[in-house]
Amino acid sequence: MRVSIIGAGVAGMTCAVEFAERGVATEVFERADSFGPQSCSWFAGGMLAPWCECDHSADLVATFGERSLAWWKKRMPTLDQQGSLLVAHGRHASALVELSRRTTRYEWLNANGIGELEPALGNRFPKGLFFKDEAHIDPREALPCLANRLASLGGRIHFGASGSARPEGDHVVVDCTGLAAREALRELRGVKGEMLVLRSKEITLNRPVRLVDPRIPAYIVPRPNGVFMVGATMIESDDSNRVTARSVLELLSAACSLHPAFAEAEVLELGTQVRPAFPDNMPRIVRRPGRVYINGFFRHGFLLAPAFAQMAADAVLTGEPCSEVAHEDHA
Amino acid sequence: MLVYDTQLSSRLLLGTSRYPSPAVLTEAVKASGTGVVTVSLRRESSNERSGQGFFSIIRSLGVRVLPNTAGCHSVKEAVTTAHMAREVFGTSWIKLEVIGDRTTLQPDVFGLVEAAKILCDDGFQVFPYTTEDLVVADKLLDAGCRVLMPWGAPIGSGQGLNNVPGLRAMRARFAEVPLIVDAGIGVPSHAARALELGMDGVLINTAVARAGDPVGMARAFADAVKAGRSAFIAQPMLPSDVAIPSTPEIGLAHLV
Repeated sequence: MRVSIIGAGVAGMTCAVEFAERGVATEVFERADSFGPQSCSWFAGGMLAPWCECDHSADLVATFGERSLAWWKKRMPTLDQQGSLLVAHGRHASALVELSRRTTRYEWLNANGIGELEPALGNRFPKGLFFKDEAHIDPREALPCLANRLASLGGRIHFGASGSARPEGDHVVVDCTGLAAREALRELRGVKGEMLVLRSKEITLNRPVRLVDPRIPAYIVPRPNGVFMVGATMIESDDSNRVTARSVLELLSAACSLHPAFAEAEVLELGTQVRPAFPDNMPRIVRRPGRVYINGFFRHGFLLAPAFAQMAADAVLTGEPCSEVAHEDHA
Repeated sequence: MLVYDTQLSSRLLLGTSRYPSPAVLTEAVKASGTGVVTVSLRRESSNERSGQGFFSIIRSLGVRVLPNTAGCHSVKEAVTTAHMAREVFGTSWIKLEVIGDRTTLQPDVFGLVEAAKILCDDGFQVFPYTTEDLVVADKLLDAGCRVLMPWGAPIGSGQGLNNVPGLRAMRARFAEVPLIVDAGIGVPSHAARALELGMDGVLINTAVARAGDPVGMARAFADAVKAGRSAFIAQPMLPSDVAIPSTPEIGLAHLV
């Protein structure tokens, strides 16, 4: 058997590594010339947070997220497992309580507890939730890391190639092209996200921090060398061409309300992409003759892709359906 | 309930923001039995139809769409958004919000009246989000509005009906005008209370969307609205300052 994977975002790359590790001849075809802004994955936060991403489908996100976290830990030496911290300003404390009711694996912190974990935030927030088992990775490091692993297993990536060859014999095509697969997957829609990258020497964070706020929810993920990624808007739109002033204003307001030092930070980058999502905002594996689609990761590409790659590989190699997430249709 | 010559089968109107997913929204709309959903137009989503994915889900719900100028802070912004909404959804209905304060999100009633006049003159059928102020209500009706949407409490606060005497006064003053309580309802008992007061309907969003089980909560609100309306029709008893025994005292044994 050989497998051609179309798309080198996190869905395609985790899938490629999974197949290659199982001894399947694997090739990846990516339309763009390198890993980069053509893909949602490039702009992702890279948070492996199965328990605080619990807005809905909490059980599924937690189950697949935990499995994916274990997958990343084995393959990413630079994975940073310091947990995630959720804080809210006093007037939005009820939003933290609401969130805590829907999830597990957290502990409540008071202002002192928050300060012990994140000295920069000491006494700024009365209460917080700490999810100690959660982790994060830098997507722009993770994708090349998976590419190296694929190469060491004998797989190849073809950049600047669409890989439109028709499958024959025991050749399987796995389509991981996100919103570009919309013609085939009619229920897909785009949900625009915008993010920005800041640099500041005045503040240090040890782990991703989320500001729980009913109006402007935002998160800040620390990267090396004083760099911070701030994300992300969610707008029902498939226009990936521009970042609006309003979105930047909202994200920066959230960052500054987390800590005023962000007001003096240098803006390194503004980015936007459109997330592919199905109506239930959960990913799917769709099997059609000769072609398998893995799509609809919405906000949860890095969080869920490895578990879906495993299920897709199981399904393709054994012929068994993956009943929890698969949609067997022949449209 | 008759609004702008349209008979609505349900007195519950449902907002479509902040649900965990469009799939949950769809189920909640079904469970609520509503005939009208409101949709906020973010300008960006309506430009060049880039928000078509979500809007086609809304259209497929099979209920009337009441587009909303949510988040507009000026007359011009609200009027522009109303025009985009008319184009995107092909309806002259518009829920008009002109927000006057960023913290409380309370309506700027001066801008509201001005925008209502512009839109009514332009053929829109306007549903204005307003306070319980009677003079403002009069001016909105003068501007051409045929329905009023007074707040219960600040948007998204879930506090319930903060000014019951104000709502009663509004009901008494505008006996013939449909009154739909628009904001601040947190739990089904708040909705039942509004209907018991004689309000014609309620519009709910956050209380359903952010519930642990939005579909179950939509069903609970549907029940509450029916109960409240039935109670209003059945003419509730009036409160009394003194206890009145509900069992007759005649024939009680006197132990002297």
